[in-house]
Amino acid sequence: MPLDVLIKTLFIVLVVVGAFAPVITWIERKQSAVMQDRVGANRADVMGVTVLGLLHPLADVIKLITKEDVVPAGANRVMHLIAPLIAAIPSIIAFAVIPYGGVYHFGDTTVNLVVADVDWGVLYLFAIGSLATYGTVLSGWASNNNWALLGSLRGSAQMISYEVTMGLSIVGVFMCFGTLKLTDMAFAQDATFRVFGFLEAFGWMHPLPAWLSWAQLPTWGIVLQPLGFVLFLTCIMAENKRPPFDIPEGESEIVAGYFMEYSGMRFGLFYMSEFIEVVVIAGIVTAIFLGGWSIPWLPSARIVAHVSATFGDGFANGVCMLLHVLTFFAKVLLMIWLQMTIRWTLPRFRYDQVMDLCWKIMLPLSLANIVVTGAVILLIQGATK
Amino acid sequence: MTASLLFFYLFAVLALVSALGMVLNTRNTVAAAMCLVVTMLALAGIYLLLDAYLIAALQVLVYAGAIVVLFVFVVMLLNLRSDAFPPSRQLASKGIVVLLGGFVLWRLVLLLPGMLPAQQPLPAGFGGYQAVALELFTRWVLPFEVASFLLLAAIVGAVVLAKRRLDSR
Repeated sequence: MPLDVLIKTLFIVLVVVGAFAPVITWIERKQSAVMQDRVGANRADVMGVTVLGLLHPLADVIKLITKEDVVPAGANRVMHLIAPLIAAIPSIIAFAVIPYGGVYHFGDTTVNLVVADVDWGVLYLFAIGSLATYGTVLSGWASNNNWALLGSLRGSAQMISYEVTMGLSIVGVFMCFGTLKLTDMAFAQDATFRVFGFLEAFGWMHPLPAWLSWAQLPTWGIVLQPLGFVLFLTCIMAENKRPPFDIPEGESEIVAGYFMEYSGMRFGLFYMSEFIEVVVIAGIVTAIFLGGWSIPWLPSARIVAHVSATFGDGFANGVCMLLHVLTFFAKVLLMIWLQMTIRWTLPRFRYDQVMDLCWKIMLPLSLANIVVTGAVILLIQGATK
Repeated sequence: MTASLLFFYLFAVLALVSALGMVLNTRNTVAAAMCLVVTMLALAGIYLLLDAYLIAALQVLVYAGAIVVLFVFVVMLLNLRSDAFPPSRQLASKGIVVLLGGFVLWRLVLLLPGMLPAQQPLPAGFGGYQAVALELFTRWVLPFEVASFLLLAAIVGAVVLAKRRLDSR
């Protein structure tokens, strides 16, 4: 039992921290270059081979490791040393509860592609995410620098405010799926529903004509809760403090914000944790709103049934697993692309605009979303009884 | 069984050491607040060992992740120094704390041997969000709503106080 947990942990850490995070620093450079009509990173080369600029992440790491590691005079040395760790660890361990595949049976062994299959998965994510605030707060406070302190004050206010709205914006999804368990949510999204099924349920058109029954949509969170998706994505991007929500860094106002006194690899840790968070956000949004590992209009039972008819059950499960893992990471890549596009499209908000957006627009909207979702669920339950 | 016992002692020692670190650290307020965070996390670990998953998650989410962040926020804004409190008052408050704490400890130690009930099997779904929510919204719904009204009153009061200060400026 501990061995397969170890393998799954190693797999997800290697994929997210080892492969995705360095590569998306390259994606970010290339995408911003395309959007700004530039060529982008293409200079780093080994013996004249540049591989599209993919060697730049490697060059970055070498540069950061060999740089001098400065602790400013008057700084609190211990806090200054541990703050980057506190910032980085939550983003790495968040992937423990995100399912990157379903449950597959190979003879007697059952493979469940999630590191920790806990009932309170979403609560775990929120708890871990709330701890990430300390990295921001401590780094600014320990640096003995007024700009850094301003940055961490802004950061903590912003992160706490958006945590509230983030928690409320996702309640609608809990109500639709009736669970906080991320693996159950993924299974609930591995299905379709008839778009005009409500006509039949309310008795307006009984039975539903065939040409209306054809219109089917996957039961994804984004289909059932479009407003919840927009609110949640906005909040979780604000938690990550990347543009347009990067007021804790705000180069034009407070130099570099909370991590301005960091250099070398400890600056690199802040930098990397931001990119790891981009992957984690993509994973969370995929698992909750984009159907996780499920392939739209193709439930896993149908894949297994089709393939096992000719090739046997074990092979069918293997094919299903491969397809699902690939689908999951394809969706993660799509969400990373979306975040990058937003980051390079919108300018930075002002501080009061960020706070107004959270407390005056998104919080009432997410509360209204909960009320409307509850009313609709009660209506449907009453009609189908 | 032994693993959970090991974890219990680990979390218990961590909680005690960090709690002492918080109380005895009067020079560096932010470090004291960080010790408080570690205490909260260790308590959450103990709740997990007791199968109280919801309480453990809320402990981290609400106390460690939100309330202590606000403490730190205020501490950083005020930038308190150790000389903020005159020494005479410090001595008096320390004496009261030692007396009160000693009294509570003495009563607890006296109560301890007879207090531990026999181990009982847990009901299904114990400590999960469903079980807690069912209890909260059926049997205890009135106290729950009263508490939320109390919080609402506190929020309104805070807004009124802040508004008055803004108006007078």
